[in-house]
Amino acid sequence: MALLKTSFLFLSSLKHQPDRTLSFFLAILAALSGLLLLLVILFLAKEAWPGLTNGGWRSFLTHKSWYPLEGMFGIFPMIWASLAMMFGAVLIAIPLGLSAAIVMRFYIPPTSLLAQAYRLILGLLAGIPSVVYGLWGLTVLVPLIGQLHPPGASLLAAILILALMILPTIALTALAALEAIPKTILSGAAALGMSQKGQILSVALPAARMGIIGGILLSMARALGETMAVLMVAGNVVQNPDSLFAPVRALTANIALEMAYATSFHRASLFASGLLLTFLVFLLSWFASRNMGNNHYG
Amino acid sequence: MFVNLKLVWLVTLLFFSSFSTTMAADNRLVITGSSTVAPLALEIAKLFENNNPGIRIDVQTGGSSRGINDARMGLANIGMVSRALKPAESDLTPFTIAMDGIGMIVHKSNNIKTLSNAQIIAIYKGKITNWKQLGGSDLAISVVNKAEGRSTLELFLKHFSLKNSQIKAHVVIGDNQQGIKTVSGTPGAIGYVSIGTAEYEEKQGTPIRLLPLAGVSASVRDGVFPLSRPLNLVTKGKPSLLAKRFIGFAQSAEVHGLVKNQFFVPLKP
Repeated sequence: MALLKTSFLFLSSLKHQPDRTLSFFLAILAALSGLLLLLVILFLAKEAWPGLTNGGWRSFLTHKSWYPLEGMFGIFPMIWASLAMMFGAVLIAIPLGLSAAIVMRFYIPPTSLLAQAYRLILGLLAGIPSVVYGLWGLTVLVPLIGQLHPPGASLLAAILILALMILPTIALTALAALEAIPKTILSGAAALGMSQKGQILSVALPAARMGIIGGILLSMARALGETMAVLMVAGNVVQNPDSLFAPVRALTANIALEMAYATSFHRASLFASGLLLTFLVFLLSWFASRNMGNNHYG
Repeated sequence: MFVNLKLVWLVTLLFFSSFSTTMAADNRLVITGSSTVAPLALEIAKLFENNNPGIRIDVQTGGSSRGINDARMGLANIGMVSRALKPAESDLTPFTIAMDGIGMIVHKSNNIKTLSNAQIIAIYKGKITNWKQLGGSDLAISVVNKAEGRSTLELFLKHFSLKNSQIKAHVVIGDNQQGIKTVSGTPGAIGYVSIGTAEYEEKQGTPIRLLPLAGVSASVRDGVFPLSRPLNLVTKGKPSLLAKRFIGFAQSAEVHGLVKNQFFVPLKP
């Protein structure tokens, strides 16, 4: 009923507004992009269906590892690997990104050349294609880690590359959240005689925490979904990540490696793992937007 | 309002026209499958198109499994398969166009000259983990394996009677190029790739070295190299007239130059 009422309101608003042509066209386009996402998810579900029915889903949970040639489809080692990469990368990127944001907000004047250059660098970091990160990782980082502990392609390499990739997201969202704090709050803190350290730690950071957490969740979604760079540096061996130097395979890398070569149940189970990934990323993004939406200051 | 409807139609038409790729036209061939065969098939197709104006040939990669699948389902006129057909695939007809081998490669700085089959098996099972156990320098071995679905992996496993779950790999790679990049960047690595690709890269100065296998130097030329495989075009049932002409052309002496350029071995006439 409510839906009917809103759509009626929407249609009647079309009749009265002078720019109704534009708004009608924009509404169609907006609906199209929403529909497209729905179609993608429906397609994923349809392709994954033969892998999930007839108890097929049980093989994902009960099999020890992933050897499609031998009919083994356990996906837990890859889930653990994906999660380990994500948390590892976030653990490294949070302190670096947060300090970058704090320095830019409180310690260097925003109009100075240094601040502008720093902003530019962060923007560039965010814009570099992931395959370039991967190439750099494969030719520089992996051999470097290899000298420490061969073969080099490892969980550690994936964590370092991912940390570099999500660092700008964390820094820029945290900076936006810090800049959105009303001046009056900070002036109040200063008037109370708080040191700058006190202002930052006990006033600014708590006030901006929703925006900061939202940015972290978004960057986690990106780390989880990253494929190309991870495929190139992680080693792609299906096993539990029992050491930083162990080569592991992420869920995304598994799909990219095998999809073109897979048929029947193997193919369906790859689509099923794609569905799982979509669901996880969706959850993270939802939490992120909920956090950012509730935030009073940015 | 009228203008909007037209626009909507346009968007809808554009949206759906992308789905309706036709394939059955008799001046068009769709060929899909093995990424090893694809570069060769592409070159042959270019020459064939030049000789026969008006003919369009579409070559897409996706692995031997896809070649089998697409030929079977009628999604492609011809499938590319870089191995002999299995008994379960007897519904398809293979046409061999060239031979290729799989060679073991190590980093150029590695001083191991040759490996026996038993040594290779021990390395891949993780029983030998350091080159010093084989008389080489004190360097940990990095075992490079191929991802599932690649016919290179299947041939390798079959030749050494291994199961993929027995292999203790350190790096799993997708295509030949990634394999060569990994081995050339890791002094202790050992891997296996298409000999054609490896010979080409070795000539370009990439720091890798092909190992002889069981005393036979890595070359498919004389046809005695143990790890060799046929490169096939496959069709379901009787090929169409155009498909038949293309296959005939791909097997003729006219394309031997192209085959050699890709470092494969042409069939004896």
